[in-house]
Amino acid sequence: MTGAVGDACLVVGLGAALYAVGAAVYGARSGRREYVTSARRAMYCLAGLLTIAMVMLESAYLRTDLSYKLVAQNSSTDTPTFYKLTAMWSSQEGSLLLWAFLLSVYSSVVLFVTRRKLREIVPWATAVLGVVASFFLSLMVLRGQDPFAILATRPAQGNGLEPLLRHPAMAVHPPMLYSGYVGFSIPFAFAIGALITRRTGADWIRSTRRFALVAWTFLGCGILLGALWSYSELGWGGYWAWDAVENASLMPWLLGTAFIHSVMVQEKRGMLKLWNAALILATFTAALIGTFLVRSGILDSIHAFGASTLGVPFLIFIGIVAIGSAGLLISRRESLRSEGRLDSLLSREAFFLLNNLVLVTLCLVIFWGTFFPLISEALTGTKRSFGPPLFDRWTVPLALVLVLLAGVGPLLTWRRATSLPRAFGWPVAFAAAALLAMLVATPAAGSIRSLIMFTLVAFVLAVVVQEFTRGARARRLMGDESWPAAARSLVVRNRRRYGGYMVHAGMAILFLGVAASSGFHAQRDAQLRAGQSAKIDGYTVTYRRPTAAILADRAGTGAPVSLGAVLDVRKGDRHWVMRPSRNYYEATDGSGGAFGRFFTGESTSETDVRWGLGGDVWTAVQPDTSRLMHPITVANSKFSSAPPQMQAVVLAALVESYRRNPPPATFRVVVSPMIVWIWIGGGVVLLGSLTALWPAAEARRRRAASLAAARLGRELSRA
Amino acid sequence: MIVALSAALLLAGALVWTSFGSATEATTPSQALRTPPGRSIQITGKVVPGSIGHEGRALRFRVRDRNGTTSVPVVYSGAVPDPFRDGREVIVSGTMRDGTFVGQRDSLVTKCPSKFQSKPGGKTL
Repeated sequence: MTGAVGDACLVVGLGAALYAVGAAVYGARSGRREYVTSARRAMYCLAGLLTIAMVMLESAYLRTDLSYKLVAQNSSTDTPTFYKLTAMWSSQEGSLLLWAFLLSVYSSVVLFVTRRKLREIVPWATAVLGVVASFFLSLMVLRGQDPFAILATRPAQGNGLEPLLRHPAMAVHPPMLYSGYVGFSIPFAFAIGALITRRTGADWIRSTRRFALVAWTFLGCGILLGALWSYSELGWGGYWAWDAVENASLMPWLLGTAFIHSVMVQEKRGMLKLWNAALILATFTAALIGTFLVRSGILDSIHAFGASTLGVPFLIFIGIVAIGSAGLLISRRESLRSEGRLDSLLSREAFFLLNNLVLVTLCLVIFWGTFFPLISEALTGTKRSFGPPLFDRWTVPLALVLVLLAGVGPLLTWRRATSLPRAFGWPVAFAAAALLAMLVATPAAGSIRSLIMFTLVAFVLAVVVQEFTRGARARRLMGDESWPAAARSLVVRNRRRYGGYMVHAGMAILFLGVAASSGFHAQRDAQLRAGQSAKIDGYTVTYRRPTAAILADRAGTGAPVSLGAVLDVRKGDRHWVMRPSRNYYEATDGSGGAFGRFFTGESTSETDVRWGLGGDVWTAVQPDTSRLMHPITVANSKFSSAPPQMQAVVLAALVESYRRNPPPATFRVVVSPMIVWIWIGGGVVLLGSLTALWPAAEARRRRAASLAAARLGRELSRA
Repeated sequence: MIVALSAALLLAGALVWTSFGSATEATTPSQALRTPPGRSIQITGKVVPGSIGHEGRALRFRVRDRNGTTSVPVVYSGAVPDPFRDGREVIVSGTMRDGTFVGQRDSLVTKCPSKFQSKPGGKTL
């Protein structure tokens, strides 16, 4: 029943989206506003329909209605409730629905906000958003990617959510990432509208820059959550591997970063119009490529979810978007002429341009590296892979320049910088002092790249502190405010600027974590018997005893069997206990027999991380289950047809035998200095962008004042 | 403008140069068997079911062509990704030595299983 409702929502939704396109275009061409209004309402209607569809699908997951193909494929009755709800986006069909849903919500919000503004641009933007929505809906309705497909026979049990995805960070990572990808469609649609109507001033930017910033923030959070998942769930001890899918999410983020910087130049000086339009068109194309790469399997990636049937239509759509955008830009180049010109190379706009060039170069390098296997195969006939060392070689210098620019930019004034010594004096002195202190007191000189990064980070932080104190001091001079009050009112009165500085500080902190953890990490793999120890970087890790649990894994993922270890970790006077383990999930393909199936299915590392501001100790264990194979064979032959309770007892006995008589286990211990600062920095960035996004008090007051004035006017006219 | 353009060209040239110079060749197991020993390559293929064994700390398994039966023995030590199992698609970097592919430490990549792509009505359904 709910399936039919869901399907109906999608079909009617597709109709609404197509109608919105037609009505918006007709309204724009004929100048009949009522059609544009009608198109806008069709988009609201679409958001309503897709909300219903989302609720329908989620309720099917929550009930574990296994007659749904999707529920049977990636959920099951024994999947924990929280992961039942997040199982939706582990499927292709569910992801498409999520994409379309987010798009319809974003579109409705932006169309509501701009309902009395940008009369020329909005109809075309509505049409573009309608086209994008229609594309995703038609994949579901016409290309057989139906999220509500019903199975002919209802299975007794579902496959369950892929165990690797049972992690809190992974549960919210896809919606975050998609909110980022989809969010860029808003400035994209308005840019297209602005280009079509030749209204290429800063109006379209002012109306959509909040959306760009929201999208940028979501995408950044999504990337960082993915990194956190990789670090704490995948048993290799790293957070970034230059994997194709990781790169795919980073590319639109880099272009988006460039965009939110360069639009300021257009707003202030009327320059870079062509560049801004090109950037946002490229950002949205990159976001589409990001969605496509995850689902297409054309590149070797750990995330490639098999060969998908979506490749061709997606590629055609991306082609249309890219070629259409380029064509539109070329045909409108006349109206994209710059109003101002660069007065000096030592100005804020010049450094924005420089930062843009570095970001775009970084994106191009990553694009090249990601697609290099395909490029080299096309050119030379042999497939070659770019590999992390090459990525590092190219991206690290660019990242260093980027951090330097993040410090220099805020110190320069628009048009032409004056009094450089006053602006640069303190931060440069602080960075130099930090460099000296690091050389004398720390082993930071061991990695030149990291040392340079640390110095630049000190510089950026000093710049941000200087800007805050100078601003606050100025406020204190004007009024009689305390320091905290002055700092607060400084931010409140100029949210965008000081929010931006906070983002810079956050990024600097993030890079501090990256540089420290990649330059100075230690890693050791060791095979230990119970009682044996291994030493790493001053830590002594002792394998105390094995652990074994049935249906009681520490992370609450619902794993039937969990084998692990208790480790004593000691450094100097400090010592603590760590409990890494490995979860085993039942094989769903029938292999292994009644008992072996618990060990032939998926298994996942449940790492134990001791987080610390100075550094992390990360442990993972790979238990050796080969000794269990013989008892399992025996159990398979004797107890296969025993009643379930009896089987549970036998399984418990098998697991207990591992605990009693443990074979040597393989451990991986990684010590990463300051790695947690990556996510702390991310938190500061989030705080900064929220600050910048928050509606300014001034604007609220203005709005209230104008409403009051209007009321007064009405009353006066009545009197 | 000319300076900027030539700088961009120079950078692009350097990128192309280094990537062709140091990127490792990606091959199938059957191509790997024909590769001269010592050359750094990357193989992609499927783990032959039943071939996984341990030898001290090293892992031994065979990787076969995605579509085919030719397989190459692999010795590998280092981190083993969680999804590593019989029949999984893997990527390993390393060199050929005496007919055996010696994997580089920590270079093993296993593709995520594609549960949702399994045929409707897969074995448990």
